[in-house]
Amino acid sequence: MAQVYFTAHLRAVVSRTPVEAEAADVRGALCGVFEIFPQLQGYVLDEREALRRHVCIFVDGIRLANDKALDAPLQRTSEVYVMQALSGG
Amino acid sequence: MADRVLVSTRKGLFVFRRSAPGWEMDSTHFGGAPVTLSFHDAQTGALYAALRHGHFGPKLHRSDDGGRDWIEAATPAFPADADGKPTLKQVWAFAAAKNGTLWAGAIPAGVFKSEDRGASWTLVESLWNVPDRARWFGGGYDEAGVHSIVCDPRDADHVLVGISCGGVWETRDAGNSWQVRTNGMYAVYAPPDEKFDPAIQDPHRMVHCPARPEVMWIQHHNGVFRSADGGGEWQELHPPVSNFGFAVAAHPARTQTAWFVPAHSDQRREPVDGRVVVNRTDDGGKSFRVLTHGLPQEQAYDLVYRHGLAVDESGDRLAMGSTTGGLWFSGDGGESWAMSAARLPPIYAVDFA
Repeated sequence: MAQVYFTAHLRAVVSRTPVEAEAADVRGALCGVFEIFPQLQGYVLDEREALRRHVCIFVDGIRLANDKALDAPLQRTSEVYVMQALSGG
Repeated sequence: MADRVLVSTRKGLFVFRRSAPGWEMDSTHFGGAPVTLSFHDAQTGALYAALRHGHFGPKLHRSDDGGRDWIEAATPAFPADADGKPTLKQVWAFAAAKNGTLWAGAIPAGVFKSEDRGASWTLVESLWNVPDRARWFGGGYDEAGVHSIVCDPRDADHVLVGISCGGVWETRDAGNSWQVRTNGMYAVYAPPDEKFDPAIQDPHRMVHCPARPEVMWIQHHNGVFRSADGGGEWQELHPPVSNFGFAVAAHPARTQTAWFVPAHSDQRREPVDGRVVVNRTDDGGKSFRVLTHGLPQEQAYDLVYRHGLAVDESGDRLAMGSTTGGLWFSGDGGESWAMSAARLPPIYAVDFA
């Protein structure tokens, strides 16, 4: 099971971290988390279900490009970090 | 008279309350988060706060107990098949119709309606799909936006909206169809042949006189305008100090009275000569008085945004907030002002509640 960690800035809408998810890619892992914490989706994705511009995702220590992050493949033991990009501050 | 003012800032919502000594900060909400606009729905008593998180997008919150507790309401969202695949950047206008319908304006320039106090929203597609939208453009932000929504207190189906930069649009059938209403406006920022194009007019802020809604006022990018016939024709007025600015407030009952906050110019968005002033007319714009008592008159660089000036239902109390966090209150129609001692974040909007 991949482990999905969320920035403390999102604690109001995802009450625990990490959250386990069984998925082949980042999008699938996030969808699994959104089923548990539905309010979270609008904070991470926009209404086109694209990753918000100032949210950044790391998988196994690699920061992913914003427009490719959701399609990135996961291993069973992957660690996914959903962070706020400093550009949005 | 209203005893409470909602102050929306770059770092949270501040609620000020009037007591015997004057206006004092009563509570704070959404600490650290940009609150771009707040709104008091006088019919239901509900408060609404629009947030624009730098990382996590625009959000909408509602309080049903006067601001003690807030719940996250639905955020207006463009439907998947909306032309141009827009995404909401900011809620920029609120208004409530007499039938309880809540209207919201957005960046990009969509108008949304809610029949359930913000639990769900529907894009008014008829306005989004007007062909003129292709010529709208951003004013202050990258994309055009709806900053003013004026609901006729006599007729819930009658609404006008102001768009920067996209002119003024009117519906008489609750948003099913729209007509542009910019006769008399012109744009000095456009080539000469385009200056009267309705679709490129930049009304910075539009308000009406609630007791006589056909009387309307606009602070436009290059002038001040008044209409006595609900936007059918706009007459240019000639205020002192500067005709540039963003904010305007209309007296709730007196059709000849309105307030404006002049700024230097398009190129210099700051007070003229470092002096914060308010222009008031009491004769429909034939003449103005420049009000200064209690306002900083030297070394002041406060800009008042389009939602940064408000008047209460009595017409006596005003509140004004600036981009450098200056906050002033008046209890005598602007004749004199008292400055809050609070050193606030940049202020986007003030609203009596």
